[in-house]
Amino acid sequence: MFRFIVGRLLGAVVVLFFVSVVTFLIFQIAPLLSHTSPVYFYTGKVPFAAGSPALKALIHQYGFDLPVPVQYWQYVSGIFTGRTISDGTTVIHCTFPCLGYSFRQNELVSSLLTEAAPVSISLCVGAAVLWLVGGVLVGTVSALRPGSIVDRAGMGLSLGAVSLPIFFTGPLLLLVFEYQLGWINENYVPITQDPLGWLGSMILPWFALAFLFAALYARLTRSNMLETLGEDYMRTARAKGLDRRTVIVKHGLRAALTPIVTIFGIDFGTLIGSTVITETVFNLRGLGYLSITAISQQDLPIILGVTLVAAVALVVANVLVDITYAFIDPRVAL
Amino acid sequence: MTDTQAPPVRTPESNDEALLRVEDLRVHFPTGDGLVKSVDGLSFSLRRGEILGIVGESGSGKSVTSQAILGLHKGSKARVSGSIWFEGTDLVAASEHEMRAFRGDQMAMIFQDPLSAMHPFFKIGDQIAEAYLVHNKVSKRDARQRTIEMLQKVGIPNAAGRYDDYPHQLSGGMRQRAMIAMALICRPKLLIADEPTTALDVTVQAQILELIKDLRDELDSAVILITHDLGVVAETCDQVVVMYGGQAVEQGSVAELFAQPEMPYTWGLLASMPRMDRVRSTRLMPIPGSPPSLINVPNGCVFNPRCRFSDRVPGRKCFTEHPELSPTTGSASPLAVHEVRCHIPAEERQQILLTEIRPTL
Repeated sequence: MFRFIVGRLLGAVVVLFFVSVVTFLIFQIAPLLSHTSPVYFYTGKVPFAAGSPALKALIHQYGFDLPVPVQYWQYVSGIFTGRTISDGTTVIHCTFPCLGYSFRQNELVSSLLTEAAPVSISLCVGAAVLWLVGGVLVGTVSALRPGSIVDRAGMGLSLGAVSLPIFFTGPLLLLVFEYQLGWINENYVPITQDPLGWLGSMILPWFALAFLFAALYARLTRSNMLETLGEDYMRTARAKGLDRRTVIVKHGLRAALTPIVTIFGIDFGTLIGSTVITETVFNLRGLGYLSITAISQQDLPIILGVTLVAAVALVVANVLVDITYAFIDPRVAL
Repeated sequence: MTDTQAPPVRTPESNDEALLRVEDLRVHFPTGDGLVKSVDGLSFSLRRGEILGIVGESGSGKSVTSQAILGLHKGSKARVSGSIWFEGTDLVAASEHEMRAFRGDQMAMIFQDPLSAMHPFFKIGDQIAEAYLVHNKVSKRDARQRTIEMLQKVGIPNAAGRYDDYPHQLSGGMRQRAMIAMALICRPKLLIADEPTTALDVTVQAQILELIKDLRDELDSAVILITHDLGVVAETCDQVVVMYGGQAVEQGSVAELFAQPEMPYTWGLLASMPRMDRVRSTRLMPIPGSPPSLINVPNGCVFNPRCRFSDRVPGRKCFTEHPELSPTTGSASPLAVHEVRCHIPAEERQQILLTEIRPTL
């Protein structure tokens, strides 16, 4: 078990290495291809005339005049050891984890991320709980009576839900529950400040996001469960004299949900950095919102930071899936 | 009409002692293509300590019969009629709730492929103990102890260590032994073994059959052994039912049936069985054709499309009239019941057996 986990973690490190190389190439090298000075993308302005010694010094400070491998090393080691960053007038010293400084927002990327990440995590965790519970429930009930009215209604509903984009369901929820009924306060409150306020501010985005995924998971659970119900070991469970609930919940769901763990881990990991639409609709300042703002302002340090964080989230989710799988499926060799 | 047919005549004492009496059992499945008559009018009875073999090709209704006895068709679309008397209870009429008390406790089943019949995610010990815990109010520790004893009894070495193994970690033979332990842990009065040796290699087959016989002796259980192998029946069983197209075409004691087989289908089965104890004079004789559709069952005798002897019957009786299961005349002992479903006149059947069949077996 220990060796398995260590192996998976080492694998994750290798993946992160490649991710960092690719992001580095895109964000450090690609600006060189444009005819704008690369300094522009990092400082938001070109403070000195082209060819002036001051600009050259700035270029040197960012390392754009160095060989590519050395640039990569500076960039990676800078994350851990810290760097000094300036736009020619202001000098910022950032320490670990140094993901750069946004001169447009006048803030360290790391502190922008630590502000935005809890919002995204709140959104994703809450939505995940809702879609897992809802999806598995609807899927299981549908599978138990295939072709029945309950099944048709459940599957029809999920087809509808998959087809409706969040920028339709989101404003609809807002319209009904916030503007018409006035039940819900939109502004995000951190859970540490006011748990109830947090719940109130998150419940609509949770439902909007979960609706989409619940539909997918309901269909997945249904097909897995139908397959499981036809397995010989389900007949064996009945032949032992177990009651229907034990047969379905203990023997059936145990087998039917195992493949869903994989898909869930990947979905969740991907979602952390990419809930742009939900965040925009509900005015949440999460990672998605942060990155979409940065992209529109060509604020490279932030884009770079969000990309790295999203990649780490996905890799961590995958490692967790692998480890969980080893616990729930004894056939996975450790 | 077979619906109104009286139950087969039995000797008085066997009738009283019967643990299981199946009377005119019918299991029909409505499907999009029509009504599948998987079992259509089956009757037999079984006493404690007896082993009954049910023989037939795939799709002859063997497994469906066994699942009907355990009431596993309840809650499905299957239509089950007739009666299955088990110690004074009619299992066909019993509710799912009542059946649950019987299943695993009074009657248990060994399935064909132990790898797919055991849950891949649970330890074999826990799966076996679960069967004990449902029917007995004991602690998990006692159930574990009992399971380990059971694993030892079925011949699994290092039973305590094997308790925590998963099904995929055991060999086929060991898995089948674990399956048997699961079936027998509550000391059932009736054990149904559905092709218990089909997935195993020959040396293990013999061990498993021997194990079932030993446990039968110890628990004095009745056993239904479902197989397509007449050799297994000859070695293991006391009674035999030959099924074809959802019906019994010949049934009786094993000694009787093997000494004096009377139904052309049984002859076919015997002729297609490899014999190691004789010099092989001719090739094995397969039965031509394939089992009948259970939706469009042939008119007359179900076996008529594949029967070599239907021209020996006057008129076209084999194709127009459904033969009844009736006692044979040539029974060696008056107590042994031997019944056959065939239009060929009794004397002629014996003549055919003597002159045409016997020399080729």
